[in-house]
Amino acid sequence: MADGMVRAPGADVTGELLAVRRLEAWYGESHVLHGVDLDIRPGEVVTLLGRNGAGKTTTLRAVMGLVGRRAGSIRYAGRELIGVRPDVIARAGIGYCPEERGIFASLDVTENLMLPPVVRPGGLSIAEIHDLFPNLKERAGSQGTKLSGGEQQMLAIARILRTGAKLLLLDEPSEGLAPVIVQQIGRMIREIKARGFTVLLVEQNFRFAQTVADRHYVMEHGRIVDMVANAELASSLDRLHQYLGV
Amino acid sequence: MDEIFGIPAPLLFGQLLLGLINGAFYAMLSLGLAVIFGLLNIINFTHGAQFMMGAFAAWMLLNWVGLNYWVALILVPIIIGATGVLMEWLMIRRLYKLDHLYGLLLTFGIGLIVEGLFRNEFGSSGLPYQIPPQLSGAWDLGFMFLPVYRGWVVAFALVICLATWIVIEKTRLGAYLRAATENASLVQAFGINVPRMVTLTYGAGVGLAALAGVLAAPIYSVNPQMGSNLIIVVFAVVVIGGMGSILGSVITGFGLGVVEGLTKVFWPEASATVIFVIMAIVLLARPAGLFGRA
Ligand SMILES: Nc1ncnc2c1ncn2[C@@H]1O[C@H](COP(=O)(O)OP(=O)(O)OP(=O)(O)O)[C@@H](O)[C@H]1O
Ligand SMILES: [Mg+2]
Repeated sequence: MADGMVRAPGADVTGELLAVRRLEAWYGESHVLHGVDLDIRPGEVVTLLGRNGAGKTTTLRAVMGLVGRRAGSIRYAGRELIGVRPDVIARAGIGYCPEERGIFASLDVTENLMLPPVVRPGGLSIAEIHDLFPNLKERAGSQGTKLSGGEQQMLAIARILRTGAKLLLLDEPSEGLAPVIVQQIGRMIREIKARGFTVLLVEQNFRFAQTVADRHYVMEHGRIVDMVANAELASSLDRLHQYLGV
Repeated sequence: MDEIFGIPAPLLFGQLLLGLINGAFYAMLSLGLAVIFGLLNIINFTHGAQFMMGAFAAWMLLNWVGLNYWVALILVPIIIGATGVLMEWLMIRRLYKLDHLYGLLLTFGIGLIVEGLFRNEFGSSGLPYQIPPQLSGAWDLGFMFLPVYRGWVVAFALVICLATWIVIEKTRLGAYLRAATENASLVQAFGINVPRMVTLTYGAGVGLAALAGVLAAPIYSVNPQMGSNLIIVVFAVVVIGGMGSILGSVITGFGLGVVEGLTKVFWPEASATVIFVIMAIVLLARPAGLFGRA
């Protein structure tokens, strides 16, 4: 498979798969994002770090078109996404895994897994997904919400790997999970990176983030305030500690 | 064996059959209401008028266009369903962001307007609709005579309810519907055009009401009030079964039809109110309904 740095077809001349400029977003009257700028190149894993309420989830929701109002520019593979409906954005090739995981109680595990329609060729087959997540195969007939937290998280990620989406937006997949499960999710993210997926990962736990990411953006009060390459992480720890208050 | 519990058997079975027939209509109508409520979160108070429109559409197709019952069975749900699509698209979708009450007022108002228009045009005395020749006559079951058309209504309604249940519980489209009922915006973020699905679901629910109207045309006389008379009971059925539960509406619909029929035999004075008494008891004991998720 692709070695991760292949140019996605239709990527910008500058090479970004996703280019966000001066992104602002509102929930009703409340103005949450105040000009977010970030870039992701094809095959990269990039994290979005920041304290509670910094606007990380809102950034992902704004990319998907799930906020009340947005302004600025979001270009995916060269195509403007502002003013585009969420279903059309998904069909452009973006997969979304929400913070609350969004497993459906009225669907069994297989139905949850098969729910997102295939939007492009090149997604993982069910056999490949079962190789990555053996638990999902064993629990195929269970009600989706009867799974453990870790299994639900795996299911929430697995279902967007099938669809052929090239860019995955993962919102705090490690949140609230036991360390062994977090390690398993870390392995899985490295594995999908090796398969050529591009990932924008929201995290609060940068110890986990540094095991999977190429670069880290730091958010504060609805803006990107810093960017650190993973290789420079060690020398930037003090700075990061200050941003994240850890 | 001429008597059961001191009641002449033909009377008992006759009322049981009547109960099953009413139950068939309760089930089909509450099914449509449940599907609509599940996804749109509005209580469709136009449902009775749409049932009546179905019966009138069948009458018009027969008397004005010369298309018979069998054609009406297919065409009417499509035509009346299309009016539902238009109504959702032009009006109802503007109310999703507002309180439930607005959807209720809108659909209730439209129902009144439709009923009024039909009363102006056709009067309120009712128009006859012949039972199709293939379904006229009666079978001698030994213990009673079963009019063929009545047997047909019960069987057809059961098939429709079963088919709807299969579509919702066992197909991919049904999985989209169930998922969107839980979390519509996430389903849309997976690439499903949820607004269009909502429009078509409303159309399908309305089509179901219209189909029930066609079935009813040869039994009840076709008149503008036929929907509002029935729908009051159907709302009670929906409350008892639990809003939004598919299987619950079907079982409760048939079950309450039978209960009502039996009450006519054993305590005729109570038959008009028994369903509402049950509703009050269920609301006190299980506010979410017998099959509802609290
Ligand atoms: N639906 C909403 N309506 C109004 N305000 C909201 C809504 N969702 C989030 N906010 C506000 O927007 C701001 C950013 O929230 P967001 O969820 O994006 O933060 P976050 O960085 O993801 O935080 P966390 O780490 O806690 O998940 C917060 O101040 C929050 O209160
Ligand atoms: Mg968040």
